[in-house]
Amino acid sequence: MTIHDKTLSRRSILKGTAGLVVAFYLPKAAKAQSGAAQGFTPATGPANFAPNAFIRVAGDNTVTVVSKHIEMGQGTYTGLTVIVAEELDADWSQMRVEGAPSDAKLYNNLAFGPIQGTGGSSAMANSYEQLRKAGATARAMLVQAAANSWNVPAADITVTNGVLKHAGSNHEGKFGEFADAAAKLPVPANVQLKDPAKFTLIGKDGVVKKLDVKSKTNGSAQYTIDIHAPNMLTVVVAHPPRFGAKVASVDDSETRKIAGVVDVKTLPSGVAVYADGMWPAIKGRAALKITWDDSAAEKRGTPELLQEYRALAQKPGTVAGSHGDAEAAFANAGKVIEAEFVFPYLAHAPMEPLDGYIEWDGQQALARYGCQFQTFDHGSIAGVLGLKPEQVKIDMLYAGGSFGRRAQTTSHLAAELAEAAKAIGPGKPVKLVWTREDDIRGGYYRPMVLHRMRGAVKDGKIVGWTDRVVGQSIMKGSPLEVMIKDGVDPTSVEGSKELPYDVADFHCDLHTTDVAVPVLWWRSVGHTHTGYAVECFVDELLQAEGKDPVAGRLEMMSKQPRAAGVLRAVAELAKWTGPAPGNGRARGVAVVESFDSFIAQIAEVSIGENGEPRVHKVWCAVDCGVAINPSLIRAQMEGGIGFGIGHILFGEVPIAQGAVVPKNFDTYRSLRINEMPEIEITILKSSEKPTGVGEPGVPPIGPAVANAMAALGLQRPRQLPMVRGAVS
Amino acid sequence: MPAYSVKVNGQIHQVDVLPDTPLLWVLRDNLKLTGTKFGCGVAQCGACTVFMDGNALRSCSLPVSALGTSEITTIEGVAGKEAEAVQKAWVALDVPQCGYCQSGQIMSAVALLKEVPKPTDRDIDLAMNGNICRCATYVRIRAGIHDAAKSLEG
Repeated sequence: MTIHDKTLSRRSILKGTAGLVVAFYLPKAAKAQSGAAQGFTPATGPANFAPNAFIRVAGDNTVTVVSKHIEMGQGTYTGLTVIVAEELDADWSQMRVEGAPSDAKLYNNLAFGPIQGTGGSSAMANSYEQLRKAGATARAMLVQAAANSWNVPAADITVTNGVLKHAGSNHEGKFGEFADAAAKLPVPANVQLKDPAKFTLIGKDGVVKKLDVKSKTNGSAQYTIDIHAPNMLTVVVAHPPRFGAKVASVDDSETRKIAGVVDVKTLPSGVAVYADGMWPAIKGRAALKITWDDSAAEKRGTPELLQEYRALAQKPGTVAGSHGDAEAAFANAGKVIEAEFVFPYLAHAPMEPLDGYIEWDGQQALARYGCQFQTFDHGSIAGVLGLKPEQVKIDMLYAGGSFGRRAQTTSHLAAELAEAAKAIGPGKPVKLVWTREDDIRGGYYRPMVLHRMRGAVKDGKIVGWTDRVVGQSIMKGSPLEVMIKDGVDPTSVEGSKELPYDVADFHCDLHTTDVAVPVLWWRSVGHTHTGYAVECFVDELLQAEGKDPVAGRLEMMSKQPRAAGVLRAVAELAKWTGPAPGNGRARGVAVVESFDSFIAQIAEVSIGENGEPRVHKVWCAVDCGVAINPSLIRAQMEGGIGFGIGHILFGEVPIAQGAVVPKNFDTYRSLRINEMPEIEITILKSSEKPTGVGEPGVPPIGPAVANAMAALGLQRPRQLPMVRGAVS
Repeated sequence: MPAYSVKVNGQIHQVDVLPDTPLLWVLRDNLKLTGTKFGCGVAQCGACTVFMDGNALRSCSLPVSALGTSEITTIEGVAGKEAEAVQKAWVALDVPQCGYCQSGQIMSAVALLKEVPKPTDRDIDLAMNGNICRCATYVRIRAGIHDAAKSLEG
């Protein structure tokens, strides 16, 4: 998701969904801060020395990093800990990590202003300087404590692998020995950061192991769904089959007969069944007889929406980006090529469905779950329960995937959790669990989008380009609506409102549609469709000119040295000689910048025996600035490529007369191991500031596959998914 | 509610549950063995994979009343050289991302190696394609199985 648009800098006051009032601003440049906070008390556990909100050093030499960012698979817990360990000169084996509580004063995302949350592939980018300074500060204080104890100059003390040494006096000690003394020292205002040339962890391959892997291989890692507490009730909620419908009446008599069902309550979001376990809750929900009031519900389906979107695409929209005179270019063009691209609604479907746990005694509430947008959720829970913010605490747990799904601007999950607790009354801990059906049918999809493209070619050059985008706004109706400027939601047109290519005459406009299907950011957000539309279309125009897809792009990338850099690198990695290597296979290429990272991919594709495109191999080049942890970066590229392929091939949430058609993984097809390509990755060396990798691996793969299909003599698929109606 | 006797990880437990309660929820809610995960409830994703008498099984789709005297093994109790090799390879390659599906992946991988000590890519495709990983850690899962097989050769 993208809420770090650098063009926005004004300070705004906005009202949250449940009475939360926050000042929301986006600084021009995320300002690094030490995080040193007065009166900070550690989240949990022992700490002899807590120089700031991010680091705790205990007497047993363990160093615990408090992660302000959620670990949902993207590797933040390890990545952030590496930064601290580097500046501390700690030994990796002494490092621990835990999730930060909700506290926007201490743990705000510097890319989001005063908002605590994770998204926009911003975790490393916004934490890098902050945690380096936090680590260096802690190191300086431990060194000073040792210097005082040994009565030697601090400057003469070295730190290696968590051991402080003074060679002259032969003194040696570990962090734990000086934790108490360090805690009594003043926090230095300015500390010297390490010379990157002396890094021993950052950018090094194979020197750190991920901190969460062991618990994720023996079943001991704790997720929200694993919480059990005395007297806890498990809650599932029957949601309306059509978006915008309300409960008209409920007959719960059969539900209440089921052993284990404790109660049934109507919430604003649906009908909640409370039980002493998941099975009676599921059975109880199935036995409900609910009449829904559909009077305000969305009754259009995706076929009707497509018709409307096509009609809109014939008319000019709100201008999102423009230079030169596109219409004049078309009037004088040698050749004009047009294309329409249609993108379906997509569900995120993280492996762990949405869930949450809450305890509320009427005075205090403690919520524990994979919370991704703390500040919004915090306000929402407080609002529902009528509590002051300081009476609410949120513990951030591991999330079993998210892909954007838990980064809720409307806090609908947190609100439903709090409503479930409120309806049953104080003193009853509640675990709310969405089933897979709730997840697939529950909305908050990647929007359905249509791109209408026109390209003008003259004398072997692309001289004109227009892109008309039609689709719902993600930010509209949310606390982030303030970021919609002049009628343009930046997430609708990121990647299409300007091109990485030198095209003299360019125009991009937008129709924002009004549909009751809730939409949300989905791993790489607008780039999921703009990357496909732009990279398919430029390839098509180059093909019309008879140009090589790599060389042709490079000719037009004079102002894009880093994008050109990854394109050259991936061509070299794949030993690119053109799109047709033979053997019934073809290659396609694409390059997309998203979230300030640059990724180019080449896909080798054939058509399989079952008639479906088969992606055999993908080469990937990534420039994400300083590469903090190469193994994690490769993992995100591998995962992003797989996630991308699964959805461009199979992903689709069709809606029929307002009702979602797919139900579960049997009807929302997911990529499986036999469909995963081989992947080869190169990470470009860079001293630019680190940027994200969680999302940017996704956008190039779709167009790379489509462009390979064109090289096979097939058309680039104009409507996704490529395998339509594959699931009955 | 009827009482059932279930043998899990070598221990016999008595549980009072509805007869159609899937084994998954007996493990998770009654026995608090939460390493086995709920992903879909319809045997499509494999997150709930356990062993029944040594064979991989989707616990979300087996009612407790159908269990009989079968012995169940979960991720918490899986042992033996194949399990050790797989878990070691998973750690060495940093396989998990979000980690939620990995209990099921590991159970399926262990079952494969018990059956086929030196699996080909095709064997891996067939044995593992019932286990969805939305993070798409499949490249490392495949590499992890090959590495585990190699280590078992001695």
